[in-house]
Amino acid sequence: MSDDIAAQVTEVICEQLDVAPGDVSLEKTFMDDLGADSLAIVELVLALEEKFDVKIPDDEVDQIKTVGDAVNYIKARLGQ
Amino acid sequence: MARRRIAITGIGLISPLGIGLEENWQAVCEGRSGIGPITRFDASAFPTRIAGEVRGFDAERWIPKRQQRQMDTFIQYAVAAADMAYQMAGLADDPPPPERIGVYIGSGMGGLPGIEACYESYKAKGPRHGISPFFVPAVIINLASGQVSIRLGAKGPNFSMVSACSTGAHSIGEAFRVIERGDADVMIAGGAESTITPLGVGGFCSARALSSRNDEPEKASRPFTKSRDGFVMSEGAGVMILEAFERATARGARIIAEIVGYGANSDAFHITMPPKDGEGAQRCMRLALDDAGVPPEAVGYINAHATSTAADVIETRAIRAVFGAHADKGLAVSSTKSMHGHLLGAAGGIETAICALALERGVLPPTINLDDPDPECDLDYVPHTARKAQVEYALNNSFGFGGTNASLLLRRVE
Repeated sequence: MSDDIAAQVTEVICEQLDVAPGDVSLEKTFMDDLGADSLAIVELVLALEEKFDVKIPDDEVDQIKTVGDAVNYIKARLGQ
Repeated sequence: MARRRIAITGIGLISPLGIGLEENWQAVCEGRSGIGPITRFDASAFPTRIAGEVRGFDAERWIPKRQQRQMDTFIQYAVAAADMAYQMAGLADDPPPPERIGVYIGSGMGGLPGIEACYESYKAKGPRHGISPFFVPAVIINLASGQVSIRLGAKGPNFSMVSACSTGAHSIGEAFRVIERGDADVMIAGGAESTITPLGVGGFCSARALSSRNDEPEKASRPFTKSRDGFVMSEGAGVMILEAFERATARGARIIAEIVGYGANSDAFHITMPPKDGEGAQRCMRLALDDAGVPPEAVGYINAHATSTAADVIETRAIRAVFGAHADKGLAVSSTKSMHGHLLGAAGGIETAICALALERGVLPPTINLDDPDPECDLDYVPHTARKAQVEYALNNSFGFGGTNASLLLRRVE
């Protein structure tokens, strides 16, 4: 994960889910691999919203299952 | 069918006197105070600027960092104290079936720090970003029992008693009944509290309930004295393992003491004050004695509710009414709140634990700061220093706002 958005998303994930950066890679799922439950994912999404100043509608949250999903979603929203 | 007996096989304590049973026991035996200036928030505008804060609590010993955000402080204390009690009882090595373990850990006010912080955050950031999805499970009272059950795999009865300052004692008493009637074999029971916040302190200040002896924090909690001017708010948790006696004996567990009687009733009188004769407290102590079939003369020690307020006289009168001549012949009464302050919903937890240890170790903890006894408070309060004494029965009293009362009678085990 060399690009800047991925690095920033990783930082938020590490902070919110209390995991080490080394454990975070694009294919990892939040629930099965990183130990998040549905409430933790809500909290993570809200933290991403604050970090990147975007609003992520609830029906789109369901599509964000992996770290890669989150990175791609943020990139798309930021027009990158 | 013979009545089931109930043993205490584990104790976990967190208070201003320390973390763990031994730190707390040593402090009460040495007559040390845990009261100091408030550091949790800027209390400079408050008439009371002292409290009994827990120091050196390292939540990470018990709770991974990520999960700490999901628990307000009272729940963290409950989880840590429950784990200490569970380990002490040796249940990790010899657990009963999960369905036979229950949890009754209550709190007087629950997640007040979390409620205050979340309201601030809501005002600053609005509802979407200002209110965490963990807000509700972090602050509601029964999550103390809920979190403990999840961690220890306790699938039996699970909820939380709420009865203000008698919460801890009611929780233990009701847990005692659960085992007695056969609904579980092990109960993890007690109270947890952490409300040293602007609203927590401010609310009791407004009710004129707190000591404002700000210049002498260690002397502020002074039950039974002429110069007492209110209680000192404190925090922590007192949790114990109650276990069916035959089960504890069969597995060779160390039995700290036995619980033999429980009384619970109400004054039906006033929201914060008991009646002058302590009629409700009298009946409550008698209920506990009658429950055990033990005569008043058999009781050697009472850990009084005595909070360093006007009601200390009323409890004294109630004890005199119940114990008669025995109140002047061999009955020792102390208020350990003089040292650890008033843990509110956790008070009954730590104080019942102190009764159990007093029986096991043959030491009665003192009432410190008893420099100028109120003439109307004229019992043997074990002033200033602990006393060696082998007593057979000890009684714990806990009374709460709303006129609710709890008394627990404990017996020494050889």
